[in-house]
Amino acid sequence: MTAADPPALRLAGISKRFGGIVANDGISLTLGRGEVLALLGENGAGKSTLVSILFGHYVADAGTVEVFGRPLPPGVPSAALAAGIGIVHQHFTLADNLTVHDNVVLGTERLWSLRSDRAGARTRLLATAAKFGLRVDPDARVGTLSVGQRQRVEILKALYRDARILILDEPTSVLTPQEAAALFATLSKLVADGLSIIFISHKLPEVLRVSDRIAVLRAGKLVATVDSAGADGARLAELMVGRAVRRPVARDHARGDTVCVLTGAPAARVDGDALVDVSLSLRSGEIVGIAGVSGNGQEALAELLSGLVAATRGTVRVAGRALSPDPRNWTAAAVARVPADRFAVGVVADFSLWENAIAERYRNPFSIGGVLRRPAARRYAQAIVDRFDVRGAGLDAPARALSGGNLQKLILGRALTGGFLDPADFEPVLIVVSQPTWGLDVGAVADVHQRLLDASARGAAVLLISDDLDEVLAVSDRIAVIHAGRLTDARPAAAWTRAEIGLAMAGTPQEAARAA
Amino acid sequence: MRLEAREHYSRVALVAAPFAAIAFTLVVTMLLVAWAGAPIGRTYALMFAGGFGSRFAWSETLTRATPLILTGLSVAIAFRARLWNIGAEGQLYAGALAAVAVGGLHGGSGPEIPASLLFPAMLAASVVAGAVLLLLPTLLRTRFGVDEVVTTLLLNFIVLLFVSMMLDGPMKDPTALGWPQSVALRDDLQLDKLIPRTRVHTGLVYAVVLAAALAFVLRATTFGFGMRAVGASARAAAFAGIPVGRTMALVAVLSGGLAGLAGAIEVAGRTGYVTLDMSPGYGYTGIVIAMLAGLNPLGVVAAATFIAGVLVGSDSMSRGVSVPTYIADVIVAVSLVSMLVATLFVRYRLRRR
Repeated sequence: MTAADPPALRLAGISKRFGGIVANDGISLTLGRGEVLALLGENGAGKSTLVSILFGHYVADAGTVEVFGRPLPPGVPSAALAAGIGIVHQHFTLADNLTVHDNVVLGTERLWSLRSDRAGARTRLLATAAKFGLRVDPDARVGTLSVGQRQRVEILKALYRDARILILDEPTSVLTPQEAAALFATLSKLVADGLSIIFISHKLPEVLRVSDRIAVLRAGKLVATVDSAGADGARLAELMVGRAVRRPVARDHARGDTVCVLTGAPAARVDGDALVDVSLSLRSGEIVGIAGVSGNGQEALAELLSGLVAATRGTVRVAGRALSPDPRNWTAAAVARVPADRFAVGVVADFSLWENAIAERYRNPFSIGGVLRRPAARRYAQAIVDRFDVRGAGLDAPARALSGGNLQKLILGRALTGGFLDPADFEPVLIVVSQPTWGLDVGAVADVHQRLLDASARGAAVLLISDDLDEVLAVSDRIAVIHAGRLTDARPAAAWTRAEIGLAMAGTPQEAARAA
Repeated sequence: MRLEAREHYSRVALVAAPFAAIAFTLVVTMLLVAWAGAPIGRTYALMFAGGFGSRFAWSETLTRATPLILTGLSVAIAFRARLWNIGAEGQLYAGALAAVAVGGLHGGSGPEIPASLLFPAMLAASVVAGAVLLLLPTLLRTRFGVDEVVTTLLLNFIVLLFVSMMLDGPMKDPTALGWPQSVALRDDLQLDKLIPRTRVHTGLVYAVVLAAALAFVLRATTFGFGMRAVGASARAAAFAGIPVGRTMALVAVLSGGLAGLAGAIEVAGRTGYVTLDMSPGYGYTGIVIAMLAGLNPLGVVAAATFIAGVLVGSDSMSRGVSVPTYIADVIVAVSLVSMLVATLFVRYRLRRR
């Protein structure tokens, strides 16, 4: 490469507004050839918008994109593909019912050609896979592959189309630690071959590990570009959030009696997500984290412990009582529930804040003779807004208007206060939270973690189900790993190594893992 | 060009939407009037005069509005809970048939039941008939996921054929010279006239009171809360512990019951017996009314009055100028489409790429 070579990618003054929201504000960036550039930023910082503009899904209001020195026409995904840009989305875009081969070749053949050079395509595919260590069976159906394997197919798909610039959107969010390590190895092979990579993430350690340079985005603006070598993690976190981040603190407290027991190999099924055996017991005052790759039964476990589905086998007891699968019984038994999908399940998006605040308890205590006690309901909602610092909208605004973090505060507030104005009147016995910080910014994550730690210090048993291993490690007293609907023993957090958890997440038996 | 969701939509726009839709509709139909070769100004003036221009016009409009308010309420309440009841027409006929079955069939034979008892029984029968007719498709949907749009729509035709069978069979009026017409309701079960020497009957009072009651139920009661929650997001409602299936079933009973009641009120207030053409599509027009009203019960009263005025006014207009009465159907249909588009623009904005 000579100095005269244009960079792989040059963005100049990219701006994009959505209504009143400025998603990208005059962003200028260059990506050198053979470079790994990390885009670091919180949710809503504008990373995804920028990528969508690059790939032609959106048209920027202002600014230009140059690929290898040639301007990229805006709003034409096929032009981006032709220019050598490949994207691996966070949510994969693969056809489950087709084979790996078909998925990779799909869209590269001429539409009206009668002949299909399958053998030739296969040779090329296998050669590409071998070159970069992307081991997959070309004849396997994508539906049967693990998440890590599917990601490899996505990368292979981009490489098969001769991508010279690869954009990876939050690639590690669904991977086990081992799979993530394999991905990083692949990336270094790609870079050695001359590819340029944009790596989007909000996880600092991995960004520092894989990238050459880091571009930090905040509120649509590029706030800093730093070399990764010698970069300071704490300083980057501050740049990303815009202020110093307070870390949640755990207070020492005693563990109490067992409050929730799952015995007799409980099983349940929610859509495609099945539980086979999740024996577990939770004691008052402790946080038990459930780690695992998503889609291994977490959803069914959360619904089972939220009173939404019945166990098809085994029993679930809370405070000594078997509760029937009706959420009203669970809230009445002082179980606080926070669902994984806060927009679609946690709130009725079109309902006002105060209506959502009472949704779990609108019959009791917020009605008399079938008529809603509107003033009492509003007072209660206001109390939640004040105590949990829900910002951004008034009591009469629809919940839709809240940001993710504020929405989560509202849901958490509703669950943890149990319909009482005075915090002294109610303590939950059991708190079941699922993906509680998914998509939240660093400040909101710390807030949610602190609320959970405080609640457990006051005596609640907390079950934390999360795909984010860092989160599980950060707050849990004990950790169990879920794989294919089965739960490992819940061992103290200190008794696990990260590698052991990774192996358990991938389904390796614990004995074998220990022997290895 | 693409549609982009608005972050906030204004209440003013929400209220203005039906007026904008109606204004647009009148502009579109203006072209048709011009095509028919009639003077546009005079046509609309005649239509307005025929619908709202005199005491007589108002009385006819309100008579026509009475069943429309009830079917409009029926649809509005169902749509609020995302129960797509397209079967108000059939439920209306079922209610009318049930009303005559209770209040007309046994005439002369058996013990005489006093009107004070038979009248509520007649209304109850019509409510039950309509409710059952909607409850079946609703249970099929909540239990097995059968699309209720299809089932309720197709049930309309089944009910109409059933009515036809009854009118030519067990419920045929032997004195009707062979016309397919049911036996008449007992005289003392007919509704009183609200205004003397007009056709406006006390059914209008029932309809308006029910609209007010429903507005209260929706806004202030736990049942209304649950119903709105299920309609807005069934998954979120289920998570919060609101019984989705039971709420849907109750909504079906309410919605079907209202449409059934419309049938009974129509028989008791206007026709006196059931014929196959007693409803010129009141059930379907109820959908338009509910949409124009933004699914608001009180708005239904206003929208039903407006649509009734258009229907009545176009009748008298067509006698004055050479525009067929079908123009009323066009107005009703176009106003539904433009209302849907207007609602879309309240929630989304159009952006050039």
